[in-house]
Amino acid sequence: MSSPKSAYSIPTKKGKLDTHIFVVWVDNESGVLARVVGLFSGRGYNIESLAVAEVDATKNISRITIVTTGTPQVIDQIKLQLKKLVPVHKVADFKREDKNVIFKEMALLKIVAQKKKIEKCLKECKKFNPVILDKTNKSVVVQITALRREIDKMSKKLKPYGLTSTSRTGAIAMTRGAQTFK
Amino acid sequence: MSKLYTGAEIVFKYLEDQEVEYIFGYPGGAVLPIYDELKNHSSIKHILVRHEQGAGHAAEGYARSSGKPGVVLVTSGPGATNVVTALTDAYMDSIPLVCISGQVPTHLIGTDAFQECDTTGITRPCTKHNWLVKDIKELPKVMHEAFKVATTGRPGPVLIDIPKDIQFAKTNYTKFKKEKKLNGKIHNKFSENEINQLIDLISKAKKPVVYTGGGVINSGPQASETLKEFVRLIGFPITSTLQGLGAFPGDDNQFIGMLGMHGTYEANNAMHDCDLLINIGARFDDRITGKIDEFSPKSKKVHIDIDPSSINKIIKVDLAIVGDVNEVIKSAIKKINKKQNGLKDSNKQRISKWWEQIQKWRTKDSLGFINSDKEIKPQHAVKRLYELTKNQDTFITTEVGQHQMWAAQHYKFNKPNRWMTSGGLGTMGYGLPAAVGVQIAHPDKLVIDIAGEASVLMTIQEMSTAVQYNLPIKIFILNNQYMGMVRQWQELLHEKNYSESYSEALPDFVKLAEAYGCKGIKADNPDELDDKIKEMIDYDGPVIFDCHVDPNENCFPMIPSGKPHNQMILGPSDKEENKITGKGKSLV
Repeated sequence: MSSPKSAYSIPTKKGKLDTHIFVVWVDNESGVLARVVGLFSGRGYNIESLAVAEVDATKNISRITIVTTGTPQVIDQIKLQLKKLVPVHKVADFKREDKNVIFKEMALLKIVAQKKKIEKCLKECKKFNPVILDKTNKSVVVQITALRREIDKMSKKLKPYGLTSTSRTGAIAMTRGAQTFK
Repeated sequence: MSKLYTGAEIVFKYLEDQEVEYIFGYPGGAVLPIYDELKNHSSIKHILVRHEQGAGHAAEGYARSSGKPGVVLVTSGPGATNVVTALTDAYMDSIPLVCISGQVPTHLIGTDAFQECDTTGITRPCTKHNWLVKDIKELPKVMHEAFKVATTGRPGPVLIDIPKDIQFAKTNYTKFKKEKKLNGKIHNKFSENEINQLIDLISKAKKPVVYTGGGVINSGPQASETLKEFVRLIGFPITSTLQGLGAFPGDDNQFIGMLGMHGTYEANNAMHDCDLLINIGARFDDRITGKIDEFSPKSKKVHIDIDPSSINKIIKVDLAIVGDVNEVIKSAIKKINKKQNGLKDSNKQRISKWWEQIQKWRTKDSLGFINSDKEIKPQHAVKRLYELTKNQDTFITTEVGQHQMWAAQHYKFNKPNRWMTSGGLGTMGYGLPAAVGVQIAHPDKLVIDIAGEASVLMTIQEMSTAVQYNLPIKIFILNNQYMGMVRQWQELLHEKNYSESYSEALPDFVKLAEAYGCKGIKADNPDELDDKIKEMIDYDGPVIFDCHVDPNENCFPMIPSGKPHNQMILGPSDKEENKITGKGKSLV
């Protein structure tokens, strides 16, 4: 609520929030990430996760994947505002529930524990394509790929077994099937 | 081998290509190479302001009154930060500006060098786009693209930050012939089907209203002509936002006045009761809509705008047409003339009851005020100014506050590009430098800044610019010794606690005028007002007119807080309802 004595209208009731994944193709130039992120913070939009890297070195194109929440009206605004930025080429927007899109996030988990506990951890990780990147007597670094919420769950679950450090990439997305987003 | 040019030369080459005639600027260490080059380009005249904010507003005034982009040249650090207000102002009101700022040499960037600041970082949220040119080879492309971004689609300000070593470095000059497509940032592809839907809605409406905004002005003078033709053809009542004034003749019978917080009774009631609302180039600003939930509850809404992100941002609409205003209404007119020959007559019949209702609202005379023969009423002053200047092509700028609203209410504009006011950002101190820019663009026209004594003091130093370039601008100050709009809100919302809104220790404006080398006129009696206004108009040179008005006058009508459009306060003759209570207080 804004203060009762203000020159502006009081907020109306908020609509239901949806989670959306935006994929934004941008010119890989200095400041472009600041423009995109600044748009979000400046207009009060949410960023739950952000992943960005160059995907086409000859055309100099980077692909930014942003997970955000908002009312349908806000989601619409985000898309239209992103499209207005000069270095933005195209913008795709997917609902999290969209079955035609693959969402994946990678995490590195460091577990420091007794051998037994480590074994247990690795067992738990099994369904998330675990790759052991480093192993000592007392520790292991394992890489998993999964959905955001699966990784959330795993971090919670593995805490008691000695999970000491987690590093996550943020979600990235790709459509299923032969077609690509134009 | 082709000739190599320095960065500074490249800057001017491209300004010449864009046929830039004036630059508004202020020199400093990091732009000296560009200033050094100025002497070699006689077609470009530099206007030296007294503060970089003034340069920005002057360029805005120039752009708004001429339709050409305004060009600003400032130095690094404080030069750039001073221009931020003007850039934000231009961004909010969609004014094309190209601002060139100097920067410390590239090897010093990031070292907290003297007069260094992160200019592109600071101006990123208040420009359409900006560039830091770190490689001389980039400069030609950037200079070219900057004008394109500023002037196309929904116009706006851009900034080019050029480090000093880049201004010295050399590169090739290539003339850009064909316009490069800008990532599809320009939207002007509306479909025939959308036009058909629009006409269908028009032909069915019984209580329609056309609501126009600054987009019509930005679409060019032709758009105003097309709008006139369109509105006369369909016979609908038309209202306008603050920024759209002048697109449709203010003294025309179909024009029902400005809408919004201080709009007319008839315009706001029409907005509330209508069954079809056609928004042309406006953006449902919060000063227009009032309470969103109760905004125009019974209407089908159409929104014509060049910026897709304006659509459904605040108000959900039933039909959105994304395109240039002029093009859209031109094709609508074509369609109407071709297909529905009978529309004109049948329309007039169908909406005749609606017009009767509007006439009833009109009889409320919501812009009325109680005149006095002892004190000058501010509304009366604006009305007299209008009557005494309406026979010549007059350009009006304003500051921000009560005087701005009175000017919008009582000065009638018949042509576009004659009205320059800071609407979106509401920048006090806008009007005086804007008048400088307008006068530069129209040296032989009458340019008046309708000002308040508080606002004008924020950029009063630009009088010196006006004197330097012999710009006969008239600063018409409605002096009520208060920050009037602040005082009005304090009166209505904060139990008359006039906290810090009294203009203490005001200068003697007549002496101030004389100190700057221009003419000062003072009026405090209604009897002498006309003669003094005439004296101001006839004087060939800049004038500061200190018009002492009733300090307690408030600006009405007003949509009180928490109320929809159809519940307005109508000023002193409507005292009963003249109270804002309870939850309403939050909404003024």
